[in-house]
Amino acid sequence: MTGLDVAVLGFGLLMLAAAVAVVTTKQLVHAALWLVVSFAALAACYLLLTAEIVAWVQVLIYVGAIVVLLLFGIMLTRSPTGPSSDVDTRNRWPARTVALAVGALLASTAIGPFWSTYLPLSASSAGSAKVLGTALFRFWVLPFELLSLLLLAALVAAVVLTRAKTGRSDRPVLARSSSGRGPAIGAGRR
Amino acid sequence: MDHYFSGYALVGLLIVLGIGFVATSFGANALLRPSRPSPGKQSTYECGVEPTDGGWAQSYIRYYVFAYLYVVFAVDAVFVFPWATILATVGFGTATLLEMFVFLGVLATGICYTWRKGVLSWV
Amino acid sequence: MGRLHLRYDMMAVLTIGIRLAAVLTGFLVLPLLVGQLEHKAMAHMQARLGPMEAGRFHGWAQLVADGVKFVQKEHVLPDRADRAMFSLAPALALLPYLVILVVIPLGPSLLGVDLDAGLLFVLAAMGVSVLGAVMAGWASGNKYAQLGGMRSAAQLMAYELPLVLVAGSVAMAAGTLSLPGIVAAWSLWWLGWQGIGAVVFFTAGLAELHRPPFDMPVADSEIIMGPYTEYTGLRFAFFLLAEYAGIVVLCALTATLFLGGWRGPYEQQLGWLWMLLKTFALSFVVIWMRATYPRLRADQLQQLAWKVLVPLALIQTGRDRRGEGGGVRCGYLGPAWCTGC
Repeated sequence: MTGLDVAVLGFGLLMLAAAVAVVTTKQLVHAALWLVVSFAALAACYLLLTAEIVAWVQVLIYVGAIVVLLLFGIMLTRSPTGPSSDVDTRNRWPARTVALAVGALLASTAIGPFWSTYLPLSASSAGSAKVLGTALFRFWVLPFELLSLLLLAALVAAVVLTRAKTGRSDRPVLARSSSGRGPAIGAGRR
Repeated sequence: MDHYFSGYALVGLLIVLGIGFVATSFGANALLRPSRPSPGKQSTYECGVEPTDGGWAQSYIRYYVFAYLYVVFAVDAVFVFPWATILATVGFGTATLLEMFVFLGVLATGICYTWRKGVLSWV
Repeated sequence: MGRLHLRYDMMAVLTIGIRLAAVLTGFLVLPLLVGQLEHKAMAHMQARLGPMEAGRFHGWAQLVADGVKFVQKEHVLPDRADRAMFSLAPALALLPYLVILVVIPLGPSLLGVDLDAGLLFVLAAMGVSVLGAVMAGWASGNKYAQLGGMRSAAQLMAYELPLVLVAGSVAMAAGTLSLPGIVAAWSLWWLGWQGIGAVVFFTAGLAELHRPPFDMPVADSEIIMGPYTEYTGLRFAFFLLAEYAGIVVLCALTATLFLGGWRGPYEQQLGWLWMLLKTFALSFVVIWMRATYPRLRADQLQQLAWKVLVPLALIQTGRDRRGEGGGVRCGYLGPAWCTGC
């Protein structure tokens, strides 16, 4: 076991601990911030495995965008400080079973095909932008283009879903749920 | 490869150093500053009037839509980076350029669509 | 033999120590210089008398006085605040800028570290800093602070995309993501070629730092001080330091990516001087804009990002063409003598 192995393992454990904190904390916003720790530890793991582009994309997209999206989502519905009692569910055991099953499925999908695959880290910078770009634009062009279409579809769906049907086509009616215009100060008091 | 790890080791050390710097200054500050808490001082500041209601408010749903737009486009945009580094190397020519143009075209279509639908207009 | 190894190791440790110390020094000194510049420039531009008093000559000691004041102030922890997050948010806002400085080249051989993915690293770290403001806004338990936090997050969302796109355009022009590599590949005609990109990058960066005219998250006439409303003393000072460190980072990055960094006459010897001059000239522009333009409204801000900057950034990326000779040459809006047109 080299120092690198120890470091990867350490960050992996940190990621796991943060992930457990995400689902066990009683404060919704804290859950989002534990998620940041989890993502950062994952990025560190990527870095140690020399996948630097993936690591920094992980920080840029997940920490910089997804977490903020989640925070917006939390603050949209209600954003109390302190513990909220209703983040707990009475269906604890079914939820745990489902979560464990999903986890096992994902783990077996990841471990199964790659169990005996070894990538010597010292041979080449496997995760550098050049290597990644070469692979992407030499062998995986079609998935890459399809991805843009997939994202476009997601975008169109999001726009359609957030627009209320009021018959006026040139204006989005997004504010119906709040006070009408401007941020609804104090409306979230429970 | 040595260069890679030593480079990131330096970044890691700097992060540790930064945390040390912040911890030291917070610690030194704790020794230097006075601490005289009082209920009035610790109440929420709302321009001098009595604070009303809870501190945590709901926000505007439009923020969520913009955030979603960003997530979609950012996932698109990061692919520019690997593309940028290989475009000038031998073996990647006009085809690679066109591939990216198709990609950017789809991105631009997305912007046009949201623009046309009025999502980008705030009020 | 063993002794030689030991000596080599000691030298490596010493080099690392010097680099770290240099980065930390730059991080502590440069933002203060920008702050001092802002005090003086704005005092002259707007005939402000306050900043010209302390220490007699031209108010040179104003920043020292500010520092002493901040350190001595009480740390008021509001009852409604989320204690841990409230205390930690300033650190999260500040540290990314320290880390970014390590990859910015000051001279041909003067830099902390050359990361292969340096540009992406910088963009990722800049995004993390905004999370500090969002955290501060939420953790304060104050309506104004929360509004400010939401606004800063929305601003990040709107302006990060054009930033990423034009950074990609530069990376394509240079064929690398490493910042020293980009400076080395830079040549004078990039000024015209990447001109749109430079403007977009600088503007979007200003918005990410919440500098006027994009200071809606801290709009003092609307929401007091935005996410920093409840902060006092050193923690408030850290947010200010983060803002000025952000200016240094943004200007140094703009200089590195678009203005050639340390390139200039006698660059081998005087490279650091050109880099510093370019950085401070851009910082002056940042200050100048604060003294000149009124604040944008929320909707204007989002519209500027999505309807002006993003299309411009797409045009900039679309202009990039690859020439016949293997190198990247010009674009369809470029001059007619370009072979790739």
